[in-house]
Amino acid sequence: MSSVTGVSATDELPGPDGRPPLSADAASTGRVGDRIFGGAATLSGVVVIVLVSLIAVFLIVQAIPALADNSANFFTSREWAPGGEEPRFGILEFLWTTVTASTLAMLISVPVGVGVALFITQYAPAWMRRPAAALVDLLAAVPSIVYGLWGLITFSPFFKPVQGFMEDRLGWFPLFSPTGISGGTIFFIGIVLAIMVLPIVTALSREVFDQTPLAHKEGALALGATKWEMIRTAVLPFGRPGVISASMLALGRALGETIAVTFLVSALADGSPWTWSLFNGGETFASKIANNAAEFSNPSKTGAYIAAGLVLFVLTFIVNSIARVVIERRKAFTE
Amino acid sequence: MSAITDERRPDDPSVPDDASTPPGGRPGRDALRQMGSPHRARNVKDVIARVVMWFCFFLAMVPLVWILWTVISKGAHLLGSMQWWTGNQRNINSDDAGGGARHAIEGTLQMVGMTALIAVPIGIFTAVYLVEYGRGRLAKAISFTVDILSGVPSIVAALFIYAVWVTTFGLSRSGFAAALALVLLMIPVVVRSTEEMLKLVPNELREAAYALGVPKWVTVVKVVLRTAFSGIITGVLLGIARVMGETAPLLILAPYTKNFQRDLFNGNFPTLPMMINQDRGDFALATAAERMWAAALTLIILVLLLNIIGRVIAYFGSVKK
Amino acid sequence: MSVSRISALGAIALSGALALSACASENTSTTTPAGNGTSAGATGSANCFSGDLKAEGSSAQKNAIDEAISVFQNACTDANIDYQPTGSGAGIKQFIAKQVDFAGSDSALKTVEKDGAIESEDAAKSCGSPAWNLPMVTGPIAIAYNVAGVDKLVLNADVAAKIFDGKITVWNDPAIAALNKGVTLPATPIKVFFRSDESGTTENFTKYLKAAAPEAWTYETGKKWTGKGEGKEKSAGVATATKGQDGGITYVELSYAQQNSLKMAQIDTGSGPVELTAESAGKTIATAEQTGTGNDLALKIDYATKEPGAYPIVLVTYEIVCSKYADAETGKKVKAFLQTFSSDEVQSKLGEQGYAPLPAEVATKVKTAVDAIS
Repeated sequence: MSSVTGVSATDELPGPDGRPPLSADAASTGRVGDRIFGGAATLSGVVVIVLVSLIAVFLIVQAIPALADNSANFFTSREWAPGGEEPRFGILEFLWTTVTASTLAMLISVPVGVGVALFITQYAPAWMRRPAAALVDLLAAVPSIVYGLWGLITFSPFFKPVQGFMEDRLGWFPLFSPTGISGGTIFFIGIVLAIMVLPIVTALSREVFDQTPLAHKEGALALGATKWEMIRTAVLPFGRPGVISASMLALGRALGETIAVTFLVSALADGSPWTWSLFNGGETFASKIANNAAEFSNPSKTGAYIAAGLVLFVLTFIVNSIARVVIERRKAFTE
Repeated sequence: MSAITDERRPDDPSVPDDASTPPGGRPGRDALRQMGSPHRARNVKDVIARVVMWFCFFLAMVPLVWILWTVISKGAHLLGSMQWWTGNQRNINSDDAGGGARHAIEGTLQMVGMTALIAVPIGIFTAVYLVEYGRGRLAKAISFTVDILSGVPSIVAALFIYAVWVTTFGLSRSGFAAALALVLLMIPVVVRSTEEMLKLVPNELREAAYALGVPKWVTVVKVVLRTAFSGIITGVLLGIARVMGETAPLLILAPYTKNFQRDLFNGNFPTLPMMINQDRGDFALATAAERMWAAALTLIILVLLLNIIGRVIAYFGSVKK
Repeated sequence: MSVSRISALGAIALSGALALSACASENTSTTTPAGNGTSAGATGSANCFSGDLKAEGSSAQKNAIDEAISVFQNACTDANIDYQPTGSGAGIKQFIAKQVDFAGSDSALKTVEKDGAIESEDAAKSCGSPAWNLPMVTGPIAIAYNVAGVDKLVLNADVAAKIFDGKITVWNDPAIAALNKGVTLPATPIKVFFRSDESGTTENFTKYLKAAAPEAWTYETGKKWTGKGEGKEKSAGVATATKGQDGGITYVELSYAQQNSLKMAQIDTGSGPVELTAESAGKTIATAEQTGTGNDLALKIDYATKEPGAYPIVLVTYEIVCSKYADAETGKKVKAFLQTFSSDEVQSKLGEQGYAPLPAEVATKVKTAVDAIS
């Protein structure tokens, strides 16, 4: 366990002795105590499998009838009118908003997070390292509902003029064209999400950078490299897989963030024109579900939202899997 | 949590701060003076990099300071009153000032306590299985499903529990139902953190125990889990801190009450996130806004306290190598 | 039991006090005979109970029911009453799922099929007896705006519909100017904010637009917003957004407009501009006709009213109850609390919170119906 974010970096590090843990199967004696204890361990694992299977079954069972009734294309439609005689719903808008806002969050938090990690591990004076690390971890101790309140009440009024300025000066660029949405834009959500996931990126990267073999660093320095060149040639290449997996885990968190986004987001009216602008509104999967969960009154309507939830589930899972694969490859590489 | 990491791998090569710095001088400036123009670009880059790193750090501090300042400046003074720590919100409407938060503090602690009670054994045993017992397909399947579970958004976990608890079994929403949703969110955190801790236990310890004829389960309990104890506790506390601020499952599963309520299984249940949510609707009123920020600050303090406890246990409870 | 209940019903219709003594005698020893109902100041001797009472629903009535809960709990220290202001639809859903003892809804239970279910039938099935809609609180919906330099604004249904449908996009549009002679309107673009969650407020507001300006508002009415604009979560969300945006306009319950010190448009129904006050909203409620039967008091509001001095955009929050609870204890609790809520003492306080009073005739019927809950 490496940080308050609940994300672990040790995953990608070999054991202290550089060897995988020993298989102790052969040591089992088959005594009663062993059978009970081993049984309990196996049972717990099976419970986890059962739980996840139940969730998957629940999602699929609820989603399928609604999807079967859907008269719009689920993946390409921007309409959202579930329930009723002829339900029409598609996830394109949520998919766009969710992915764009999260990507934006990554574009901000990864460079800054890596910079902070490098600062803590390479640049900060020794006395400052622990306090600096603790401060960044403090960001992770702030519950997401508080980020939501802060974003809504304090940050949003501050950000509005910034957005206005960007719309004025950069409006010619499709990504920044004005849309008439006053606040709670994709851009704004992206920034808040970036702040929320920053400690995840930092905590993990910090640990990986700390593991850079001394020989690599000293080697670089001995060849006359400046500190930055040493970082670029020794620390960053060593830490790259760790940074990638950290980013993926952070991305997973950003995709599924619920309550803060619900507070902040500006929903679009039906039939709003499509635009590439980041200053457009639009709900994410999680905020759409959370905002309407109280009104799930019948199976067909619920099913539509669950289907959207299923897409989010798959999306998050893909991202987590990529992180996993990167970690595994890194392990194979170091071993 | 660098404290733990540092303590866990004491033999790590940690580079002294000034590895690249000749004593008494900053490399950038000195180098600049000594070297000719082809080197100047490199050194300029070096200085720029240094400035950028410092900038990144201060950039990251901006939202932290800003958020903490907002919460403290707007909510701190309510925390100074005795009533906040002893009372509840009964008969305090949104246009009334103050009131207490004890019901919500107790409720939050009780709910996450129950969550931990369920999630921790499952999580630890699953990790034990993965590290000590599991081989082959079952272990792969478990590892895979833990990954999936960690990808379940909190709102989806809540809807799932609602479907099982309320729709299927016809039971009431309650603190316990919400705790069940939190369990789903907490299990993967506990499994992963424990797994890492168990992997760090040197195999020599296990081998030594087996050599003495100690049964495997005793080895796991007395040697492996004992050695990894502090790390596991830390992981558990951090997992708790993670679910403590969750709001979405509570909205769906645990209706709020302004009264004291210690029964997790029946009736509405008070929690800090829901208390914040309750006053959020009226935050244009100074009275409600004040209470909302105070509750937010209380929640942050609770999360921080748990983190600190985690660090302390990690520090004192570790087996010295 | 049922015979005595029916006899009690008959008695109630004649005299609240008589009916209550009948109830009290039926309620065995735990309740104190109380002179609730028509007599004033009765809440001091509410029919106290100990234990929990759970309710959920409309956020429009939150402040009103909070007030009633405070009054009741002050009199009855063992009673815990919780109200979750999660939304009308949520209230009905949880009521049908037996998660709460009664629901608050900004619209009566629907008696026609929608999305494959009939709310009133589902509720009756869940109760085991017919469910009643009891109008308890009436709240005006303000058209709140934030335009620098414009302190007084008159709109009519047609112009409002065009604004909320994005047909009128600037504040100095001739259509708005025609209604506001002598007011200097800026060329600020209009920013419409709507509720992104499904909401009874949206439903009542669109019902008004549809009824009073059928040509300009061609959409279906419903809890989900179908017009144009930018969606914000809950009443607090739209009110905050409007407050922070020059040129902003939204529809929101009166209390939120007041809390955020937003200016409110006067509505010209054809007989001159009407300011939003408790009285002007009450006039519209007074013209409502009852569509339910017996103690089911669903009302039909005439949104297109042209009555002079009547503010037409109002919503009625109903308490949705079982006429006869499967658990008699629960029935007693619901009855005791709603007796307090419908009492003159509590109702008269609601004016201060921005709610309009129930017309006397309706109020009497509500009290009668509450007394008949068992």
